Amino acid sequence: MNGIPRRSDQGEEALPETAAAERQQNSPWTPSSATPIAATRSRAGDSREAPSQGRAVVLADLNAYYGKAHAIKGVGLDYAANQVTAMIGPSGCGKSTLVRCINRMHEEIPGAYTTGSIMLDDQDIYGENVDVVAVRRAVGMVFQKPNPFPTMSIFDNVAAGLRLTGGRRGGKRENIKDRVERSLRGAGLWEEVKDRLSEPGIGLSGGQQQRLCIARTIAVEPEVILMDEPCSALDPIATLKVEELIDELKTRYTIVIVTHNMQQAARVADTTAFMLAGELVEVGPTERIFTKPSDSRTEDYVSGKFG
Amino acid sequence: MEAGVISRGGGSGIPKRSPRARLADPAFRWALTAMALGLVALIVYFFILLIVKAEPTLSHVGVLSFAFSNNWDFGGEIFKAWPLLVGTLVTSALALLIGVPIAIATALFISELCPRRMRIPLTVLVDLTAAVPSVVFGLWGFFFLAPKLQGTAQWIADRLSFIPIIGGGHAAGPSYFVAGLVLAIMILPIVSAISREVIATVPLDHKEAALALGATRWEMIRMAVLPYSRAGIAGASMLGLGRAIGEAIAVSYVIGGNATLIHHIVEQGDSLAATIARSFNEANANQRGALIACGLLLFVLTLVVNFVARYFVARSTRALRAPPAAEPVASGAV
Repeated sequence: MNGIPRRSDQGEEALPETAAAERQQNSPWTPSSATPIAATRSRAGDSREAPSQGRAVVLADLNAYYGKAHAIKGVGLDYAANQVTAMIGPSGCGKSTLVRCINRMHEEIPGAYTTGSIMLDDQDIYGENVDVVAVRRAVGMVFQKPNPFPTMSIFDNVAAGLRLTGGRRGGKRENIKDRVERSLRGAGLWEEVKDRLSEPGIGLSGGQQQRLCIARTIAVEPEVILMDEPCSALDPIATLKVEELIDELKTRYTIVIVTHNMQQAARVADTTAFMLAGELVEVGPTERIFTKPSDSRTEDYVSGKFG
Repeated sequence: MEAGVISRGGGSGIPKRSPRARLADPAFRWALTAMALGLVALIVYFFILLIVKAEPTLSHVGVLSFAFSNNWDFGGEIFKAWPLLVGTLVTSALALLIGVPIAIATALFISELCPRRMRIPLTVLVDLTAAVPSVVFGLWGFFFLAPKLQGTAQWIADRLSFIPIIGGGHAAGPSYFVAGLVLAIMILPIVSAISREVIATVPLDHKEAALALGATRWEMIRMAVLPYSRAGIAGASMLGLGRAIGEAIAVSYVIGGNATLIHHIVEQGDSLAATIARSFNEANANQRGALIACGLLLFVLTLVVNFVARYFVARSTRALRAPPAAEPVASGAV
């Protein structure tokens, strides 16, 4: 399907080889063009633990529209690899829209479109001939409301992405089982659910459901994880668990988190970006944004004068 | 005691309503109750009437023998309706087999795939199909579809001759197959319309979850849309089945009117409803009793189908809904 799935262990790679080769000509998401990181990884990778590392994302002059409404106005922003970047700002400032552009979910809304570029390392995800499906496999997303598939068991929810055409790498049941376990461990959920994997995912508590969704996202081994207010539907203890998880996940993924909660941004983010009315006002190390913001609007917002 | 005092002394604070105004609510409730009960009474009356009128035939032939013995000779006044019952089941099953996949595909296309501008025109068009009178479908089936399909039907029958009933036989113009096809077209709008409504209720959350995992549009449909709407689609199909079982006029045109037990679906046959529609005019008293008995059988068949359908729909709905009900209990556990 694309370059990214090839990152796994050798045994699983046999099958998609030809498919990947076929795509090579028309898709930039191929082993050859995705080289640097994908190649290093599969060489360095031990076969069990996914030797993952996030990739940098660079937005340049990004504009997003809902029909005629101009929601994102010329944003340029660098997301450093393996860092957590928080997007803060009042409701309606466009922070959710912005992250939805990064995995091209924005265009799923009727009438919505974007201009500008988003580079994932050296590839423009809005470039010509880019496979949207491949982009979304490289850039995973966790939503505001936990949304496990209601008809699926806990196991099947995590395996869902692996069973998609793009996720099938040899597709052996053992592999899927291993990957599900690894993903659930990665999401800090394994100990809680290992004895009831066949029960429905929506039988879990809200916090567990959200971690299940995170497990589902990391199961397909993306490079970047977008989180759109992942804790806004959770209680404080569940929120704490997810925040701890984010801290662990950044060693392997680049994370962009939208949050309404400035304390949360302060707790989890290395970098914080403040948006207002579709524009990026300021971006910098989290500590500086909260203590010595250079823009007065940022200062007003983080000190609670509005928003 | 205090409370009683306050409400009795209502003259001061609470405005009084006139007795007539206070009557409105109970009156409304009684009127609705009466209408609902009236409907139930009508069905019961209907059922009893059918039994009473069918009784002479049924007691003459025997109830089981009437339904499950194979010998229907209307002119000769031999009334054992098994061939007709089977004919009804075969044509309805064919209708579902052919119609439901197309109906679901149409619903999915309209709600998930087609450009937004085309959505409403297409919806209206599909719904309009429901407005075509069944007699028109019958005429079209008889004069156009049946003759055109005869060659194709024979070809298919020859290729599938190793399968009993489905394959083999000599294709007649009108046949079980043509009847099933016409019925499939007739149930399309209702199955499609209800499926479409059901599909529209699939939460955006689930669809986005699938897409964000890197699902293609078809995978998104398979992963998020179809499982969620399965129960509703099953219900829609059962409504379609109800229509197919009861359809008389169109089927009477295209099924051939040959009341022998089915050998091959490309041959002529007959069904309960079609027989009633075709024969009622010239029937004598005995024959009329037999036709009413056919009606009773049809009625019971529809009831059975409905109950079975409800059972399946309830089961698949439960599978979907039960877990969230348990959620509050588990939510303490983080």
